[in-house]
Amino acid sequence: MRNYLLRRIATSLLTILGIAVVVFFIVRVLPGDAAAVRAGPYANQELIDRIADKYGLNDPLHIQFFDYIGGVAQGDLGISIRTNQGVTEELLDRLPASLELAVYSVLLATAVGVSLGILAAHRQHTWTDRLARVFAVVGSAMALFWLGLLVTFFFAFRWGWFPGPVDRLAVGSEDPRTFTGFYTIDGILSGRLDITLEAFHYLALPVFTLAFVLAAPILKMVRSAMIETLESDFVRTANAIGVPQRQILFVDGFRNALIPVTTTIGIVFGFMLGGNILVEFIFSWPGIGRYAFDAITTRDLEALQGFVVFVGIMYVFLNMAIDIAYAVIDPRIRLGKGLVK
Amino acid sequence: MGDDDARRFDVQRVYVPEEQTRLGRWLAYMRDNPLFTIGVMLLSIFLGLAVIGPYFVGDPLRTDIAAMYSPPSTEHWFGTDEYGRDIFARSVHAARLDLSIGIVIALVAMIIGSAVGVVSGYFGGRVDEMVMRLTDILLAFPGFVLALIIVAALDESILNVVIAVAAAYVPYFIRLTRAQALVEREKEYADAARLAGNGPFRTAFRHVMPNSLRPALVSATLVTGWAVLTVAGLAFLSVGIQPPRAEWGVMVGEGAGDIITGEWWTSLFPGGMIVLAVMAFHFIGDDLTGTNT
Repeated sequence: MRNYLLRRIATSLLTILGIAVVVFFIVRVLPGDAAAVRAGPYANQELIDRIADKYGLNDPLHIQFFDYIGGVAQGDLGISIRTNQGVTEELLDRLPASLELAVYSVLLATAVGVSLGILAAHRQHTWTDRLARVFAVVGSAMALFWLGLLVTFFFAFRWGWFPGPVDRLAVGSEDPRTFTGFYTIDGILSGRLDITLEAFHYLALPVFTLAFVLAAPILKMVRSAMIETLESDFVRTANAIGVPQRQILFVDGFRNALIPVTTTIGIVFGFMLGGNILVEFIFSWPGIGRYAFDAITTRDLEALQGFVVFVGIMYVFLNMAIDIAYAVIDPRIRLGKGLVK
Repeated sequence: MGDDDARRFDVQRVYVPEEQTRLGRWLAYMRDNPLFTIGVMLLSIFLGLAVIGPYFVGDPLRTDIAAMYSPPSTEHWFGTDEYGRDIFARSVHAARLDLSIGIVIALVAMIIGSAVGVVSGYFGGRVDEMVMRLTDILLAFPGFVLALIIVAALDESILNVVIAVAAAYVPYFIRLTRAQALVEREKEYADAARLAGNGPFRTAFRHVMPNSLRPALVSATLVTGWAVLTVAGLAFLSVGIQPPRAEWGVMVGEGAGDIITGEWWTSLFPGGMIVLAVMAFHFIGDDLTGTNT
C-alpha cells in the first residue's frame, strides 16, 4: 500500500509539472506577441514594452521557463495584470464559493443520476427507460449558459420563486463568520440559521442548472453498469434463491456498480471546474470561474493562465484521491494493475 | 422416403430468411430504435437548414430600427433583437456556421488523434509511453478550459477556435484508437500482413489503422455535439467568434441582458437551436456507441 501511494503521488506531481509546461507552451511559445496580448487591443507601444519588461517577456525563453516553473513549484501563479494581486491568493480567496456550488451540484446530480439510472436499468426497454435516456441526452446536450438564462427568467423574474442572480447572499446581507467558507455551514456554526436559509435560496438556481447537466453522465453510467450487473451470474443466483428484488437492486447490484460510478463522479467534478465559468458568470457567483471570466474580458492572460493551472492541479489531486480510495476499497487494484494502469 | 424429402423441404422453407432490401433493414432498425430515429430526423432538419436555409432567409446582419425588439410574429418568426435584426435569419445562418465548425473540429481531431493513436498503440515502447503521459496531462484540463486558454493565447479568429477546440479533443481520439490498435495488432491478419513483407508503417497505417478506426468514428458524432457546445460556450463568453457574426452562442450572449427586461426571444431561440442540434448528434452517437443497449 505504501509503495502504491508513493507511486501514485509521484505520477501526480509529474502530471502537475506537465500541466505547467503545457500551459507555459500555450501562452508563451505559440505564435502571438505575448506582451501585446497582455496589454490588450488598445495599448500603445510604450505600454506593451512596459508589460514585456515587467513580466520578463524579453528574457530568453529558457529563463522565462525556469522562472515560471519555479514559481508554480512554490505555489506562485503570477501577478494579475488587472488587479496587481497574486493570482494564487485571489484564487484561494474565491475557492470556497466555487466549492460550495460544486459540492451541492454534484450531490444533487448524483442523487438524481443514481436513482434514475437504477430505475432505468430495472425497467430496461420500457418507456420509463426511454424517458430516462431522453433526459440523459437532453442533459448532455444542454448548453449551461442557456439553461442558466432560462431558469433565471422563469424562476427569478417571471415567478419570483428564487432571488435574481446577484451574489451568494442578498445585497446588504452581512457574510457569516468564516469557519469553512461554505455559507450554508458557516451560518449554522455561527448560530445564524437565517443566513443558512438565505444561502440555500441563492444557491438553488445555479445548483439546479449545474446538476441538470451533471446528472446526465452519471445516469448513463449507472444505467449501463447496473444492466451489466443485473445480467451477471450472482444476480441470477440471488433471484433463484429468492433474495428480495429490492435487496438485489440496491444492495448487491448497486454495490458492484459503485466503482465506475465513482469514476464518473470524478469526471463530472472535473467538468464542473470548466463549466463553472459559464454558470458563475450568469449567476454573478464570486468564485474562481467568475474570476476567470473577469480575466477573459480584461484580457488578463496572467490570471487566466493561473486559473487554468489551478484547475488542472485540483483535477489531478481529485483523481489521485479517487484512485487511492479505490485502492483502499479494492485490494485487486493496489496489488494488480487493475484500474490504475 | 418421400416423407423425409417433404420434411426437408419444409425445413428449408421455414428457415430461408426473407430477402430484405437495404432500405427495409434501415426502416426496421429505425422502428426498433425510436431515439436513434429522432436523432436522424433532427439531424436531417438541421443539415437541411444549414445547407439550403441561408438561401431562403434574409440577411442576418440587416438592421431595422423600426422593428426593434418585435416579439415573434408571422413576419419575424423568432422576433427581432435590439437592432431589429431578424432572429430567425440569424439562427439559420448560424446553423451553417456552427454545424460546419462542429463537424470540421471533430474531423480534424479524429484524423490527428487516430493517426497518433495508431502509431502509439502499434509501435508501443517509448513513443507510446510519451504519448500516454502527454494525453494524461491534456486530459487533466476540462476541454472547455483548454480550448479557452488556447484561443486566448492565439488571436481571435474562427480558424483559431477550430484549432483550439480540436486540440482539446485530440487526446480523446488518441486514447480510443490506441486501445483498439493494441487489440488489432495481435490479430492474425496483422501477422499475415507482416509476413507478406509489409514494412511496419505500411502494416500500421494500411492494415491496422482502418480496423482500429471504429471506436473513433462512432465517437465522432458525440464529439461533434460537444464541439458545437464548446464553441457556442466560448462565443457566449465572447472568446473566439465575435459579434455581430450570426452564431448561436454569440446570439445568446447578446440576448442575455434582454432576459431581465422581458425580451426572452432574443436568447431563447438561438439557445434552443444549440440544444436541439447537439441532441441530434447525441441521440445518434449514444446509439452507435452502444450506450443504449
